[in-house]
Amino acid sequence: MALPKVCGIETEYGVISRGFDSSPIVASSVLVNAYAGAFKQNIQWDFGDETPERDARGFALEDAFPPEVETHMANSVLTNGARYYVDHAHPEISTPECRTATEVVLYDRAGEEIIKESMKRANALLPDLHEIITYKNNSDGKGNSYGCHENYLVSRELPFGQLATFITTHFVTRQIYCGSGKVGSEFLTDKADTVTYQISQRADFFEEEIGLETTIRRPIVNTRDEPHCDPDKYRRLHVIVGDANMSEYATYLKVGTTSIVLAMIEDGAFPSHLIIDGPVNAMRTVSRDISMSKAIRLSHGELKTSLEIQFLILEAAEKYNAQYGLDCVNSDDFPLEGRNILLLWRETLTNLSNGGVGSFDTIDWLAKMRLINAYQEKNDLAPNDARLKALDLQYHDMRTGKNLSDRMNLRRLITQGDADIARTEPPQSTRAFFRGMCLQRWPEFVVSANWDCLIFDVGDGPLRRIPMMEPLRGTRALTEDLFKSCSTPMELVLALGLENSELTSFRISDVF
Amino acid sequence: MSEKIRKSVSIPEEAPVEVIEDLALVKNAQAENLKADLDNLLDEIDSILETNAEDFVNSYVQKGGE
Repeated sequence: MALPKVCGIETEYGVISRGFDSSPIVASSVLVNAYAGAFKQNIQWDFGDETPERDARGFALEDAFPPEVETHMANSVLTNGARYYVDHAHPEISTPECRTATEVVLYDRAGEEIIKESMKRANALLPDLHEIITYKNNSDGKGNSYGCHENYLVSRELPFGQLATFITTHFVTRQIYCGSGKVGSEFLTDKADTVTYQISQRADFFEEEIGLETTIRRPIVNTRDEPHCDPDKYRRLHVIVGDANMSEYATYLKVGTTSIVLAMIEDGAFPSHLIIDGPVNAMRTVSRDISMSKAIRLSHGELKTSLEIQFLILEAAEKYNAQYGLDCVNSDDFPLEGRNILLLWRETLTNLSNGGVGSFDTIDWLAKMRLINAYQEKNDLAPNDARLKALDLQYHDMRTGKNLSDRMNLRRLITQGDADIARTEPPQSTRAFFRGMCLQRWPEFVVSANWDCLIFDVGDGPLRRIPMMEPLRGTRALTEDLFKSCSTPMELVLALGLENSELTSFRISDVF
Repeated sequence: MSEKIRKSVSIPEEAPVEVIEDLALVKNAQAENLKADLDNLLDEIDSILETNAEDFVNSYVQKGGE
């Protein structure tokens, strides 16, 4: 049976400074430090287990250009289990590990609130007319892109080639409900003005079917083999094709459908005839086809539209649910998650096949397109008018009052109150709960933290390392009593039987 | 996550898709409402937009990330 789909999202925000010259690295650091300092969330990230150069296919290409780990920039771990840091030249928030798509949406939304609070605090420190502004988008319209990456727990037993082949079909075609929409094109061989509007922010930037890079020659399937958990049992599929969404329902569909498709692949239930011939070109074909009517060639020669392929994947998913159930995407807190994803998936595809009516308030590219078309018509503008590109950018503007997606009546999944709570409280069905609780209880004793371990300085003897190699342990259910019974980190270390932990190698599954 | 979040964050129990005979009517009504809201937004959007769109768009330059 498929593994429970532990999942999360990493969002890089676009950043500009206005009224003063500042490098984006400095501006991003100011944001992270303004937030971490204000909320005393300046626990350092531990880079010990970062190996972005490792390839899931078990080899390294000589000319491959793996991402570098930058250890000198602002970097903190928050009490909700998230990581907030500067990646290259952008502020980035990684949600904590979640068990359901709904929780990923909740923590992605909490991330937006953290960014807004950071801007507020940073700008309060700056002189008048100086401002740092962020955008939750993926490109500057000039060929520079930054990512919104998803991560999913998959079984190590599943051959990576098989995983890559089938998930590619989903990645190419899910754009029709995941895309955030973009005015124009940044693909070099496109003639100017031939693409006035496309479905995806990111589709222009994919040049390979599979590979290790994330910044150049971007591949549809990223092979980074950095599981941040027990490498004998698990993989972390690192997904780089997605757009950052303003619509919570779009994020929900993106994570929900992808979790189900991965479970189907693990259980041999993905329709094996749905393999796309030439997925790199198909990515762009789908993104440029706002009528969703262009045919894509499958490897056995058949022609299907993106919408037809999505309906076939959905039907297989419904059959999979009838046969196996969807416990892999449900949790105790969200027992109907799988069913809800399937229902929304079908509703959305049905709406898309009828021109999108019914999904204007859930699908970003449709909402943005309506706004741009209406503004263009009202003001009688040429398709390349700068005001249309400005609308595109401001759809993603993180300033309250300036964000245009806020004005498009997008359906909400998360209340403001829940988003505020999730800024500080961890999800409870993964190890993020343990990380978050330790940071809430004993921040002054935590020397550093990362996805799979915490290091405590208990003030007596060596630093104590608590490894967390099982993403599904360290949950509220498994650790609540432990936290009740321990009043100091040393008591925690002793209760876990880790008094010699700096010397030993063991797994958290041995102690919880 | 607190109890409070668990209770409030979930899609309503009833199925979001039901076979409703006048589904087309419901959708048309929704579309009309959205259209009215869009018209209102268009009336005030120039006060929200950056004052010099061309300068703004040209100066929005990012470094590649990831």
